[in-house]
Amino acid sequence: MNIHEYQAKALLKTFGAPVAEGVAIFSADEAEAAAKSLPGPLYVVKSQIHAGGRGKGKFKELGPDAKGGVRLAFSIDEAKAHAKEMMGNTLVTAQTGEAGKQVNRLYIEDGADIARELYCSLLVDRSVGRVAFVVSTEGGMDIEAVAHDTPEKIHTIAIDPEAGVTAADVAAISKALELSGAAAEDAKSLFPLLYKAFNEKDMALLEVNPLIVMKNDHLRVLDAKMSFDGNAIFRHDDVKALRDETEEDAKEIEASKWDLAYVALDGNIGCMVNGAGLAMATMDIIKLYGKEPANFCDVGGGAGKEKVAAAFKIITADPKVEGILVNIFGGIMKCDVIAEGVVAAVQEVGLKVPLVVRLEGTNVELGKKILNESGLAITAADDLDDAAKKIVAAIKG
Amino acid sequence: MSILINKDTKILVQGLTGKTGTFHTEQALAYYGTQMVGGIHPKKGGETWTGSKGESLPIFATVAEAKERTGADASVIYVPPAGAADAIIEAIEAEIPFITCITEGIPVMDMVRVKARLDRSKSRLLGPNCPGILTPEECKIGIMPGSIFRKGSVGIVSRSGTLTYEAVFQTSNEGLGQTTAVGIGGDPVKGTEFIDVLEMFLADDATTSIIMIGEIGGAAEEDAAQFLIDEARKGRKKPMAGFIAGRTAPKGRTMGHAGAVVSGGKGDAESKIAAMEAAGIRVSPSPARLGTTLVEVLKG
Repeated sequence: MNIHEYQAKALLKTFGAPVAEGVAIFSADEAEAAAKSLPGPLYVVKSQIHAGGRGKGKFKELGPDAKGGVRLAFSIDEAKAHAKEMMGNTLVTAQTGEAGKQVNRLYIEDGADIARELYCSLLVDRSVGRVAFVVSTEGGMDIEAVAHDTPEKIHTIAIDPEAGVTAADVAAISKALELSGAAAEDAKSLFPLLYKAFNEKDMALLEVNPLIVMKNDHLRVLDAKMSFDGNAIFRHDDVKALRDETEEDAKEIEASKWDLAYVALDGNIGCMVNGAGLAMATMDIIKLYGKEPANFCDVGGGAGKEKVAAAFKIITADPKVEGILVNIFGGIMKCDVIAEGVVAAVQEVGLKVPLVVRLEGTNVELGKKILNESGLAITAADDLDDAAKKIVAAIKG
Repeated sequence: MSILINKDTKILVQGLTGKTGTFHTEQALAYYGTQMVGGIHPKKGGETWTGSKGESLPIFATVAEAKERTGADASVIYVPPAGAADAIIEAIEAEIPFITCITEGIPVMDMVRVKARLDRSKSRLLGPNCPGILTPEECKIGIMPGSIFRKGSVGIVSRSGTLTYEAVFQTSNEGLGQTTAVGIGGDPVKGTEFIDVLEMFLADDATTSIIMIGEIGGAAEEDAAQFLIDEARKGRKKPMAGFIAGRTAPKGRTMGHAGAVVSGGKGDAESKIAAMEAAGIRVSPSPARLGTTLVEVLKG
């Protein structure tokens, strides 16, 4: 789960991180009061959407020469004018896709005098099974490009979970970021507190890009991108409250209510599977036979009949779907439960497109019997290859 | 022969009394008499678990007590996500040699804590978020459907649960059968990696060929390929077929498994397939042709 920059900064502030003063606004009318509450004379007006590349992004409704999604203002009037132009319009960035995202929230922040821009992120380094700092002196830009072009400028410092961030770790990070003087002093509190926040809130990613050294030589978190481990949200009601559902796909929200993993794609075959590996493999084999999946819905391991029916309904609600492939290899998931769920969903919402079902594994005979006796127009498939061929043939008509 | 488990393995169940634990313990008991020797429940120690066909197992309050009383050398965990990490740590502290965690959805930070504890122990952890391990006609730990297995010569190791079943099913249909099938699980932080299992398959005389199934994300497949290249230089090599799931996955999207995401130009299918082919693995383009691909490799 992702949150907005202003929410991430507020959260970091509670841990004692140095962030600028700022005010989030939900309508352009609030801009003046927001700016007036800040020290000035420099303000930054920042679009709040769940996507990166905002500064270089362009608003669809404005001309190509209009400024991007993050703007400097040198007076309160200018901040007001920016807010009016930005709010409600659609920002297209390298990460939003062509459709862009509507800007419904702005963050007006106190400006900073920047001496240097650095990169700092925290994530779980799976190669060592530890939280690691990834830092670089090349901040403020696309870190993936830095990693690709100059990998020697990226430093990874993994943290021993039992020792926490030690003085030696801070020294290693500070050295990698070439910090000295007041900035090196700030580092002694900043890096441990970022680690603490990451741990206590079960984050999946905390990216500070840029982390800046100001002209007064102190450190400041200038931007913050935060995402949380979906598996741990259950123990963080405060984080759950920060969710902005307008940023998410409606079907993905519906799926998440049922604890289903739903991914929307561009093709026209709807897929219901169990297991992420099988989901990806099903997608691969559909493409191998020349078609593309419209979506896939992973019912996981322990689904009941109602959850399977919900999954089926979510898949069929996508107007792009011209055919449905159910591909289940049951281990923990029992084939009879899948069959019952599919039959129940079809009886409720009807079946307007071809449906191919391939069942294998736990209770497979029972599952096949339920489908056969349902009287529904279901094409049975023997194996994965057969299933993919049959659904591709069915939608080709 | 087999790896990690055989007919003598004695298994405890953590989370036996829940619906999932009960169902899969019944299945294991019915699978060639897999030696399930007891369950754990902190408040039900001294009671007896009874299955739907009248099977029964003693319940102990702690893993340590259960180990002492039963001589168990393995445990399987079906505890729900919020308590699963503590269950693993309890098994580590009781010095259970081989722990399998089936639970899906454990917070990553919990696994970071488990991993630190595991690194200082003598225990091996398989999983979490995995289907378990099965040695045909001897022992079944976890949730793999026993009916698709056949005793034979192929060692199977996979990051994906359901694709493990595909490999098993297809090698059974080809008449090859399996020595042991191991699902290592799809989580980013886990106990046993490809390399650990490949090392055991290379050392096992009964395993004469191997299927390895990976997926996008991380670098475990590339690491495993390098390991195989290094071992081949020492003269240790077995015929192998493989598959990578997620060849057509869009970048930057998590594909169900927390671990399955291509980001920062790392972990994509093409790099994994290239590394595996460089290590002499025949990588099948289709998940439906794992068995036939291995047969082709064996024919030479």
